[in-house]
Amino acid sequence: MGEWIEACNAADIDTEDVIRFDHDGRTFAIYCSPAGEYFATDGLCTHEQVHLADGLVIGGIIECPRHNGRFNYRTAEATGAPVCINLGTYPVKIEAGKILIRVA
Amino acid sequence: MLREAGYSGPVILVGAEAHLPYERPPLSKEMITAATVQDPKTIAARERLATATIDLMIGNPAVRIDRQEKMVELAGGTTVPYEKLLLATGAAPRRLPRASASALYLRTFDDALAVRSRLLAGCKVAIIGGGFIGLELAASARMRQAEVVVIEPMPRILMRSVPAEIAASVEARHKAEGVDILCGQGIADMGESSSSILIHTTQGRQIDADLCVIGIGAIPVTELAQAAGLAIDNGIAVDEFLRTSDADIFAAGDCCSAPHGIYDGRRIRIESWRSAREQGALAALNMLGRNQMCVALPWFWSDQYDSTLYVAGLPEEASLTVRRKLADGAFLLFHLAESGRLVAASGIGPGNAVARDIRLAEMLIAKRAKPTPSALMAAEVKLKALLAACRWRDPELRPEA
Repeated sequence: MGEWIEACNAADIDTEDVIRFDHDGRTFAIYCSPAGEYFATDGLCTHEQVHLADGLVIGGIIECPRHNGRFNYRTAEATGAPVCINLGTYPVKIEAGKILIRVA
Repeated sequence: MLREAGYSGPVILVGAEAHLPYERPPLSKEMITAATVQDPKTIAARERLATATIDLMIGNPAVRIDRQEKMVELAGGTTVPYEKLLLATGAAPRRLPRASASALYLRTFDDALAVRSRLLAGCKVAIIGGGFIGLELAASARMRQAEVVVIEPMPRILMRSVPAEIAASVEARHKAEGVDILCGQGIADMGESSSSILIHTTQGRQIDADLCVIGIGAIPVTELAQAAGLAIDNGIAVDEFLRTSDADIFAAGDCCSAPHGIYDGRRIRIESWRSAREQGALAALNMLGRNQMCVALPWFWSDQYDSTLYVAGLPEEASLTVRRKLADGAFLLFHLAESGRLVAASGIGPGNAVARDIRLAEMLIAKRAKPTPSALMAAEVKLKALLAACRWRDPELRPEA
């Protein structure tokens, strides 16, 4: 199943923004959508393993800073070249103002 | 992109190089610094091209375009008919007159293999040209423990397309890493002995090098287009739809120049990875009759050790530059025209630290925004907020969610 890990405070992420979270040798990207909902994906772009947390959130999309590849961060789907491999996505919950993600 | 756009007819890719289409940016970086030689990094694997039924005719350069018959003749004599033709012939390294025969240039995978094989630890490398190729190679050569000297005739490095403050930051880093940078010096002459290359600069410096690599710019490859009678103007001249002077022939990438609406229709030729990708995709759509205008801005980046510089737009169009200081030594420059319009943005920082802000600045530029210098300089003012203020005026331009 996987355990819930505390990643950060909800207040750490601006609306329509993303931060980086590292845990146990892995890196993740945690998003706050324009509607104030939270999502989590693998932190590295599937194209050239660049940190997505350095990229730009535009609505429901995360854009890789280096080659501008785009993913839908809700579904983790790659939405067009140069990215063609989807990200891994992780369940998110909020408890007492903290963001938790469940990693396998 | 032709396949993604729904085109199912034949697609034939013709190229002179014998490799599958591959990425060029690693040639001056990972290709040189990696412990072992790697294969070229392909843009699409052979299987993927096969699945998309894209026919490859590589290692077989086109030698003539017959616009009347609408066919392309290849070196072996094969002819390939076309309905629509895309010229993506790129650019070739500018040659240094009177360079010694063993001096190398860097454009192709095979060029990079040659540089790599001659780059031994402790060897002395002379790099002619303080542009991106020269400086990225200098960083890579230092990482392989070579002794490096860069010779640049202009008063400073990166003079063509990078603002002075950023170039100064890059130069300081190179010097800290032990690279000898000589500016304002050209090559008076170059000779060869059995074991080394002897360079005399115009300021009287003498350099004895084991390896010399020349990176002094690139010239668009237009011979095919020119011979076929297509309009040439700083490369193959295309319109805002990337169409040449022949309605069935398009061009994209380093080989062509196109008018840029954001700079009053000025014809610009862009040599950058992103522009090549965007123009290729746009040309494909327009070859299918979608008639979409090229609106993308010039955008490029360059890795220098563990920092990356980014430039969006044309800084030389500006009359005022303001600076925003960021964490960890990173900074942004915003370039404003006399009218107050933001026309370019640039920055440098560790990793991709400045990429997001440059991307937001790019959107401001595209909106023809006139942000105040004080707002741009203040790190606490979020560029996203400035962009949102613009959106309110132009709701149709909102990026899709």
